[in-house]
Amino acid sequence: MGEIQLKNTRDGNILQRVSKVLLARREASLVILLAVILVPIVFRSPQFLSFTNIDRIINDISILSIVAIGEFFVILSNGIDLSVGSIIAFSGMASGMLNEAYPQVPVFFLLLLGTGLGAVMGAVNGALVAYGKIPPIITTLGTMSIYRGLTFVLSKGTWVTAHEMTPNFIGFPRQSFLGISALIWMALIVIVVTYYFSRFTRSGREIYAIGGNATAAKFVGVNEKRIRFMVFVISGTLFGFAGSLWTARYASAVNEMATGFEMQAVAACVLGGVNFAGGAGAIPGVVLGALFLGVLNNALPVVYLSSFYQTLVQGMIVLLALVINTVVDQRKTRKLLEQRRAR
Amino acid sequence: MAEQRDLVAKTRLIQETGWRNALIELFTKWEVLLGIIFVLMVLFFSNLSPYFLDYFNLMNATFQFSEKAIMALPMIFIIMCGDIDISIASIIALCAYAVGTASAAGVGTPGLIAIGLAVGASAGLVNGLLITGFNMPAIAVTLATQSIYRGIAQAALEERAMTKYPAEFGFFGQEFIPGTMIPFELVLYIGLAVIMGFILHKTSYGRRLYAIGSSPEAARFSGIKVKKIRITNYMLMGLFSGIAGVLLTSRILSARSNIATSWDLEVITLVVLGGVSINGGKGTMWGVVIASFLVGYLKFGMGLLKLSGTIMTIVIGTLLIIAVLLPRLLDGYKNTRKMRRQQVEAALQSAKA
Repeated sequence: MGEIQLKNTRDGNILQRVSKVLLARREASLVILLAVILVPIVFRSPQFLSFTNIDRIINDISILSIVAIGEFFVILSNGIDLSVGSIIAFSGMASGMLNEAYPQVPVFFLLLLGTGLGAVMGAVNGALVAYGKIPPIITTLGTMSIYRGLTFVLSKGTWVTAHEMTPNFIGFPRQSFLGISALIWMALIVIVVTYYFSRFTRSGREIYAIGGNATAAKFVGVNEKRIRFMVFVISGTLFGFAGSLWTARYASAVNEMATGFEMQAVAACVLGGVNFAGGAGAIPGVVLGALFLGVLNNALPVVYLSSFYQTLVQGMIVLLALVINTVVDQRKTRKLLEQRRAR
Repeated sequence: MAEQRDLVAKTRLIQETGWRNALIELFTKWEVLLGIIFVLMVLFFSNLSPYFLDYFNLMNATFQFSEKAIMALPMIFIIMCGDIDISIASIIALCAYAVGTASAAGVGTPGLIAIGLAVGASAGLVNGLLITGFNMPAIAVTLATQSIYRGIAQAALEERAMTKYPAEFGFFGQEFIPGTMIPFELVLYIGLAVIMGFILHKTSYGRRLYAIGSSPEAARFSGIKVKKIRITNYMLMGLFSGIAGVLLTSRILSARSNIATSWDLEVITLVVLGGVSINGGKGTMWGVVIASFLVGYLKFGMGLLKLSGTIMTIVIGTLLIIAVLLPRLLDGYKNTRKMRRQQVEAALQSAKA
């Protein structure tokens, strides 16, 4: 696909070439779109681009990026994970409660606990999908309520508040290293590692293969079950990690935390050009999608919309992005067919 | 001599398995299994609580699940075609908001019902048009419209609740059929189930649903208007969500933006537990009706035993997964039996020859 687009860009005048590149690269069009919506916002409130506000937005989207990347791998394999919020809640609650019960446990182990629990919950999802052959939507719809219920069982309906946790744990996301907060560092590490994994490792490429055409991938020797299982383990691990970070950043662990967060994770992916039919999309797009959502959520009050509009606006944007993805995809396929016919 | 003895043994095996096969065939039928589980559940709860097998209690408990059971009916059609709709709880919120606002503006009861049904049907129609028009995956579209429909209610209502309704509006969700102890909601549910069951099993529309579910491509090539049927399904889903929305608003006489959250899960659970295959093309109305009463009374019984709502959500989620896993195992069991039988028969044939 990439080859053909590159060849195409050689003909036509400069303007046509530029627009072709922009249309072909979702990342480029997202950056432009971001700039376009920033203009009226900044015009209205110049503080929006102040250092503190940008810092806040990037801190806000750090957790979302980690979660969206987890969701990305599942959607890439032509699945979906709706248990996002519940895995975050269980992991976050568990690390919060461990911190309350044993304040001497270092932060590293709290993060490890959340991540490990997430991996286990993801593995359960993956086993049901890959080996039980239950469709991902049904599996995660079921485990969404199971994990949420288990969170209530674990906490016995209570919550962990800021003064019950150690300053070490709560303060950790804000700890600055080289002028950048620990939370952002965490997100950067996840982005770099998953980018490398999805681009340059065999397993990473096999996810693309399975998502693009599972039957074809199986014929060239890709182990479908292993990939489907792995995808959910990766996403669960990232969700669990995000859960621990969530508790630390918001300095509280409540049973309802991250309810409906699957919507935001899916939104970031769809905005980033990840194809719902599987097999297409990339990490940079997902991160930009998360950034876009972060800016949008931050901008709502600036344009005098209360936070009650957040759900509505997000839903509309996802729908719009879906339609654009589909239309662009269909046009690409049609062009490819025409080229093949012309040859 | 030895061969002859072998032949006799094999013939006996087939004769024996004749009626055994019939029994196994019967008891591995999903609807029969559900019925058995239902009876066991009734025995279990009536042993543990004296309040379970009480006519009034049993009738009263149906208020808690009639609305979800009503929504399960068109969901059968949708899942039958290999589609899904996870925006239905949000459609209820949207309908409740519309009904509540209209009522506050002084609209009478017939108008309120009309508004509720119209809003539901149009929300469903939008889903159907988006999914078939752009050829987008149902799960993605309904995930987006889930946010949009509830988002509209949220943006409009914020934290408020609409609580002003005409006096007679409460009839639909709260009252019994005059002179009896049978709730109106239950009668409505059974009436709708009969109609939808008739459509599913006795009309060409129903047969087409099975055809689409088994193979959309084959159905399209044999001249079935797949898109039209899928759009109709989503519109029916919206209409029935509208009915459920009116009933729910009438029952609790309050419309908030957060009503009916997570009903999608329960409705889909009812349908899948009722034996409708999530891959499409398989299932009966009977199964879903039994499943609706099963889950409804399971929750009622668990409530009597003072189990918390949390435990119930865990149970519902587990039920959903088991309901998909179990038929697959049963099918595998049936297939191995069939294969073994065929092997024996083939051996017999060759021995005779």
